[in-house]
Amino acid sequence: MSISLLIKGGRVIDPANAIDEVCDLWIEDGHIAGIGAFDGVAESTIDATGKIVSPGLIDMHVHLREPGQEWKEDIESGSRAAVAGGITTMCCMPNTGPHIDHAGIARQIIERSNQVGLCNVLPIGAVTKNLDGKELTEMRELSRAGCVAFSDDGMPIWHAGVMRKALEYSSSFDYMIIQHAEEKQLTGDGCINEGWISTQLGVTGMPVEGEDSMIARDIMLTRRANARYHVAHISSFGGVAMVRAAQAEGLKVSTEAAPHHFALTEDEVLGYNVDAKMSPPLRTEADRLAVIEGLRDGTIEVIATDHAPHHDDDKRCGLSCAAFGIVGLETMLPVSLDLVRNDVLTMSDLIAKMTCNPARLLNLDAGTLSISSAADITLFDPEETWIVDRNKLVSKGKNTPWHGREMTGKVNYTLKGGNIVFNATASIAEEG
Amino acid sequence: MRPLKHLFGITDLDSEQIKYLVNLGHSFIDINRRSIKKAPTLRGKTIINLFFENSTRTRTSFELAGKRLSADVINISASTSATKKGESLLDTGMTLAAMQPHILVIRHSIAGTCEFLAEHLGDTSIVNAGDGAHEHPTQILTDLLTLKQTWDSMEDKVITIVGDIAHSRVARSHLIAAKKLGYKMRVVAPKTLLPSDIERYGCEVYHDFDAALPGSDAVYMLRMQTERMTDNCSIPSIREYHEAYGLNRARLNAAGSDTLVLHPGPMNRGVEIATDVADSVNSHVLSQVEHGVAIRMAVLAALCGGNDAEEISPKRNRRTKREMEEDAMKSKEGFWS
Repeated sequence: MSISLLIKGGRVIDPANAIDEVCDLWIEDGHIAGIGAFDGVAESTIDATGKIVSPGLIDMHVHLREPGQEWKEDIESGSRAAVAGGITTMCCMPNTGPHIDHAGIARQIIERSNQVGLCNVLPIGAVTKNLDGKELTEMRELSRAGCVAFSDDGMPIWHAGVMRKALEYSSSFDYMIIQHAEEKQLTGDGCINEGWISTQLGVTGMPVEGEDSMIARDIMLTRRANARYHVAHISSFGGVAMVRAAQAEGLKVSTEAAPHHFALTEDEVLGYNVDAKMSPPLRTEADRLAVIEGLRDGTIEVIATDHAPHHDDDKRCGLSCAAFGIVGLETMLPVSLDLVRNDVLTMSDLIAKMTCNPARLLNLDAGTLSISSAADITLFDPEETWIVDRNKLVSKGKNTPWHGREMTGKVNYTLKGGNIVFNATASIAEEG
Repeated sequence: MRPLKHLFGITDLDSEQIKYLVNLGHSFIDINRRSIKKAPTLRGKTIINLFFENSTRTRTSFELAGKRLSADVINISASTSATKKGESLLDTGMTLAAMQPHILVIRHSIAGTCEFLAEHLGDTSIVNAGDGAHEHPTQILTDLLTLKQTWDSMEDKVITIVGDIAHSRVARSHLIAAKKLGYKMRVVAPKTLLPSDIERYGCEVYHDFDAALPGSDAVYMLRMQTERMTDNCSIPSIREYHEAYGLNRARLNAAGSDTLVLHPGPMNRGVEIATDVADSVNSHVLSQVEHGVAIRMAVLAALCGGNDAEEISPKRNRRTKREMEEDAMKSKEGFWS
């Protein structure tokens, strides 16, 4: 037997197929040709001894900024950052300029990402035109153009009547609504979590009830509409509890957590750290532990970054006027690996939250190592350490709260359709 | 004592530094009362007052403080909206710092402005003249100097502060100072005007002004920003606010005849404070204003003294520094030790 690429002797983990064993994986024609003990000739071989071989990671919550704000990020730089983080499929949010609220923009983004050819980019369509929360978008048209879900992310759908209609209409065609759950009448011009930290810093806070109250409302509307509702970047104790209860009741409610919400707390903001400012904000230790518990018991099925690149100009001002958001593509995996090291999740369960779980929610043909599926593969060393240097991030956005901190877990290779789209050794050589 | 490079807030000062600055301020009171109000302490020094928020007393007292100590003082008033349109705060700061002033005195509506600018402005010393709802250190030093004129010790004294605590940098700086110096704070406001977790400063929290009055050694009234407050439902009306939280004669009597009345200004007579109380013998509001100049002289002198001088007259500067230290020592014996 002769094949194009052999990944030899790694720990192959494919949660969708309940595979977790040290073996070979081989690729032919851009597709996965076999898993097991390879006996034959390979054109090229990657030695994966001591590494983990997983399906290419999926990040279902990313801001790519193109079109409209290409100085912050574009599809090419975002794709490079993604594959450097082991991500081969990402969903981009519609708050671009123009918004992804009509089919042309969705097609343009997909076409551009195909030209770049590094990472699958799947647009999330807007729920309302101009993200202004008033009129629904043409969801069927957007879906045909390639949108995999709908969200006004960044702009919560605040009007309860519009949200009800959005849930009813979208679920008529089995589309999912992703909500940035934030009652702006409560959060106002707040910039960090409201509490002792905001009081000491003398800045306006965003009370946790802003998130909780909107999740509560949305779950009620989801129940009535029998809709599919997904809470973006859940960050609160109460929110996790409500989603858990809704799932127990049998509602089609799902949620995702961003690495910063289970790794960091509001203490990061002390000293007016603008790179720890995002929405929803970093919250208390009790909230962080609730998110971890939600990940452990399965309430939170997905880890997604909410990668939000900004230019230094948007961050280099006081905390209260700095832009919301941090980059996350390149640190998602190592930060999340702490969940395995701290015995919250098995390695397989962790990988599922970044592969087959989001794929199932979004009906994607991705996130597995099934034979004959596209060879989108991430190969990483869970023990290798490296220091985050904001200036060496691939993303145009340098707004990371982890600058200067040690990460454990490093992506060695990322493959898309059988092609090596990221090779850590090569990128070091380039740098040298 | 730890030398001072900047003055961002009471947070960064230890009790020894606070006392040093208050003592130094005490020693400067006299100059302001002379017919020739000039000392050479800061000759050859450049100070820029950069005010992004409106201010009368703070800006004027910083200006007088610098001028009476012979510094060259420049005032810049920039409304936040104007700078938003064009130059960023950082560029404005870096531009002014490039002109090599010794000290930038900054007031801005954004909390943390001084810390942020200091990261980028190299050697320029920065003094916080009020940043958002964060800190207002020179006001607190001013208040301490005022209170110490009457009280032997700050230890266990009770200061009751009333009003819009949520938006008050004065309240926060006092709450921090109280812990360092051993005095007690009571905060009085409806919940709509209190920030979250305020009790974690170690203060007593009251919603009922009358309950907070007995045992108050000083009552500190904050300005009610009426336009802001009624719009966002923090209070129903000025009338009801005055009824619930205004300091009138009856309330002052309930506190006691020795109770001091303070206010950082500007006062809204008939809102948070009744006119007869504002003008009573208990009121130290104008003393606060007078001491504000002396304290700002002390802060400016302390910062420049710490830098010492490489240019013009090194002799003059050495002598000035020694003078300052002598002043501080002198006042240490007689004033606050």
